[in-house]
Amino acid sequence: MRVTFTVNGRRTEADDVWEGESLLYVLRERLGLPGSKNACEQGECGSCTVYLDGATVCACLVAAGQAQGRDVRTVEGLAAGERLAPVQQAFLDAGAVQCGFCTPGLLVQAHALLAATPRPSDADIREALSGNLCRCTGYEKIMDAVRLAAGRRAGAETDPAGAEGAS
Amino acid sequence: MADTTPGTPAGLPHTTVSAPGGVGTSAARPDGVLKVRGAFAFGSDLWHEDMLWGTTLRSPHPRARILAIDITEAVALPGVHAVLTHEDIPGEKFYGLEITDQPVLAIDRVRYHGEPVAIVAADHPETARRAAARIAVEYEVMAPITDAAEAADTGANGHVHEPGEYKAREAGNVVHRQRVVAGLGVTDEVRALADVVVRHEYEVGMQDQAFLGPESGLAVPAEDGGVDLYVATQWMHADQRQMCPVLGLPPEKVRLTLAGVGGAFGGREDISMQVHACLLALHTGRPVKIVYSREESFFGHVHRHPARLAYEHGATRDGRLVYVGARISLDGGAYASTSAAVVGNAASLGVGPYVVPHVAVEAAAYYTNNPPCGAMRGFGAVQACFAYESQMDRLAAALGMDPVELRCRNALQEGSVLPTGQVVDAPAPVAELLRRVRDMPLPPPADADPRNFPGGVANATRGEGVVRGVGYAVGVKNVGFSEGFDDYSTARVRLEAVGGEPVAEVHTAAAEVGQGGVTVHEQIVRTELGVGRVTGRPADTGVGSAGSTSASRQTYVTGGAVKTACEAVRAAVFERGMRRYGWSADVVSGLVLTAGKVVARDGLVVAELADLLDGAAIEETRVFRHRPTRALDPATGQGFAHVQHTFCAHRAVVDVDTELGLVKVVELAAAQDAGLMVNPAAVLGQVHGGSAQGLGLAVMEEIVVADARVRNPSFTDYLIPTILDTPPMRVDVLECPDPHAPYGLRGVGEASALSATPAVVAAIRAATGLPLRRVPVRPEHLTGT
Repeated sequence: MRVTFTVNGRRTEADDVWEGESLLYVLRERLGLPGSKNACEQGECGSCTVYLDGATVCACLVAAGQAQGRDVRTVEGLAAGERLAPVQQAFLDAGAVQCGFCTPGLLVQAHALLAATPRPSDADIREALSGNLCRCTGYEKIMDAVRLAAGRRAGAETDPAGAEGAS
Repeated sequence: MADTTPGTPAGLPHTTVSAPGGVGTSAARPDGVLKVRGAFAFGSDLWHEDMLWGTTLRSPHPRARILAIDITEAVALPGVHAVLTHEDIPGEKFYGLEITDQPVLAIDRVRYHGEPVAIVAADHPETARRAAARIAVEYEVMAPITDAAEAADTGANGHVHEPGEYKAREAGNVVHRQRVVAGLGVTDEVRALADVVVRHEYEVGMQDQAFLGPESGLAVPAEDGGVDLYVATQWMHADQRQMCPVLGLPPEKVRLTLAGVGGAFGGREDISMQVHACLLALHTGRPVKIVYSREESFFGHVHRHPARLAYEHGATRDGRLVYVGARISLDGGAYASTSAAVVGNAASLGVGPYVVPHVAVEAAAYYTNNPPCGAMRGFGAVQACFAYESQMDRLAAALGMDPVELRCRNALQEGSVLPTGQVVDAPAPVAELLRRVRDMPLPPPADADPRNFPGGVANATRGEGVVRGVGYAVGVKNVGFSEGFDDYSTARVRLEAVGGEPVAEVHTAAAEVGQGGVTVHEQIVRTELGVGRVTGRPADTGVGSAGSTSASRQTYVTGGAVKTACEAVRAAVFERGMRRYGWSADVVSGLVLTAGKVVARDGLVVAELADLLDGAAIEETRVFRHRPTRALDPATGQGFAHVQHTFCAHRAVVDVDTELGLVKVVELAAAQDAGLMVNPAAVLGQVHGGSAQGLGLAVMEEIVVADARVRNPSFTDYLIPTILDTPPMRVDVLECPDPHAPYGLRGVGEASALSATPAVVAAIRAATGLPLRRVPVRPEHLTGT
């Protein structure tokens, strides 16, 4: 089947999609967007978190056909051209990136958290990111990164790419 | 909040200077921007025009004879390009990291649940899976050997490997056995010297590395009849060494390049999909990509050895250890992997970081039909640490003594003699680390936010039945490969002028698995050559082996190789100066390279590095070896086995809901000695990550194996700590330089994974009063149900 949808602001078509394929597979293998990661493919690890019509989902649990006509934003769509989103820069500055496999999913989820709750408490951050597994960092620096991004936002910085899903 | 406490700075050699982004700074990861953009290519992200997908058919039985394999239906499926069994292997049919005992594809029998039997290549991963399901394998199922102790006994149920079948070191089901005897050992005479004796047995479950990036890679057949493999691994040269005989190709035709690695923790030290992908690529003449599913990942790599440990500690009334006796039984599973080295670690580090006059430790690993076990962060020291630290708490209770005080009283220090007879010839701040975690402020009492209760908002408690406890532990881990292993690394460093500016390039085969080696190597080049612009070439087999990214060794050994190669480059720079400008040896001995210039010690600029290079690059390749170690004596365990030791202490604070059996780790504080922090941010990241894995082993992580079958190969059922399970961690890093190591540094990756587990369990014991002799601690252990 053919799936037509918007990915990172661009109208996109994927042809010859088999009915059993996930949105994750289509993004990664058909559209050349491997940023969303394939760590468990059963919605447990959060590594493939993307925005679907502005809400975060595990792309591995979305059948490709469900994306028909909808709006998808992946980690590749967080930066505005060369300029990283504040949450991406904060992950770098805080040393929250080690192997980096969980990073794309965490970034999308943290991006969504900060859009909804600009000044999250530690408990808010932990709750929001509890569906994203990381095996390297012990989460300490991920906490630091989200606090840093929130602090910088409070310092009047705005996300050039917009907090909500681009359309 | 993490904080670091700088200790004594390590003495740097006179020719190095501090450099921006150099040694000692939290330089940024060179791969960081790509990783946050989602543009970094992990093994599973690789793509090639015309590529096929490979998959593996695995045994549903832990022990069976294979009577027949019929691939007819699988081959007939449209889109299938190859279905291969052991009959299609051109070369040797067995491989192994230390002992060549593992079939590439099962031949006449299977020995564990999940053993590879056949491989398939197809044009879509689902087609490959469906084809694999159509391979008909006729099994004669046999009763599995499930118990290590039973396996050791007489082989009543037969042998996992027939006696004499492989180069097993002992007859029967024993993979390896190691004794360590010090003083008089443990005799009745020695026991009589102790006022207090504690004896207990402990058990450690099967933990998994659970790295997030699945086993993956892409094999591309080459025109010369060879193959290029892009793969996520820990040690490309060890893969290559094992692959060449199987593929029947010389090393120059089996070329490996490191793909992005999504964590490793020991689980990628053994081969997984490497040789399978190459077989399929060579057979079909097309690129073949293999990416394991999460379930297959649980079957596709070795796990941490489950262990039973019987310990006996004797001490005097004033809290001095008199003797320690221990029997450590490790379940090695169906194939040897690195079991022998794990046994060596468990035996030689089996009493912990303590001075003990009389010791009798015996450790052994056994073949069973359980999943194969091998390397995981902490490597044999983890299991022992849980037991000896539990024993120290028991001993403290029996003596009526503070558990930290008891540990400090017996703590190893520089100059102490280990049970192996090895003298500790570097700082060993064990007591200092313990005091530092003890003296940190305790977290405040639990607040009323239900998200902070054990189990979180989803559970019924509102604080009733919740009790708090505090526990301590400390551990010792070796750095590098031990017992006489030729533990070397190779580095190539190139220095040239580009556009009038000196630039350097560093090339090693060291696997970057997330730990930050790529950052550290560039930092060393900046420091040694005074060059700001440094790039790292992708790791591949085009340069000599760097050894494994494991055993906390890469910063020491490959870092040492990069430093040595830089010294050779620097010597060549000075040689040019001698030729061109007539510098005398005297002058040269006072020169340093800094900020792209050659500078005398008084700060006078002698030459611009770019002028001196003048279009001609300098490239040097060097091998670095740490000082040699020796094999342990088989009967007594005596010998200089470990080149360096590394220490970490933890304090855990837990809240336990005694009605629901739920544990909330409130805080996990750590103190560790790093010798010198080459990259402080990376050191903290290692301590945090190791502590979280130790916490996981304490309260949740276990591969459940029943009748030799794996019951929970998924992230739904194998639980690793989430951000809600992982508490704030206060980390205190000491820097006590090791005079034998480059820059005085000490490997940091593993030590924190040892003591977190016993510290958390000690805290749960303190909260509940329960004995808790097994990890992971499950709710039923706390509620008695």
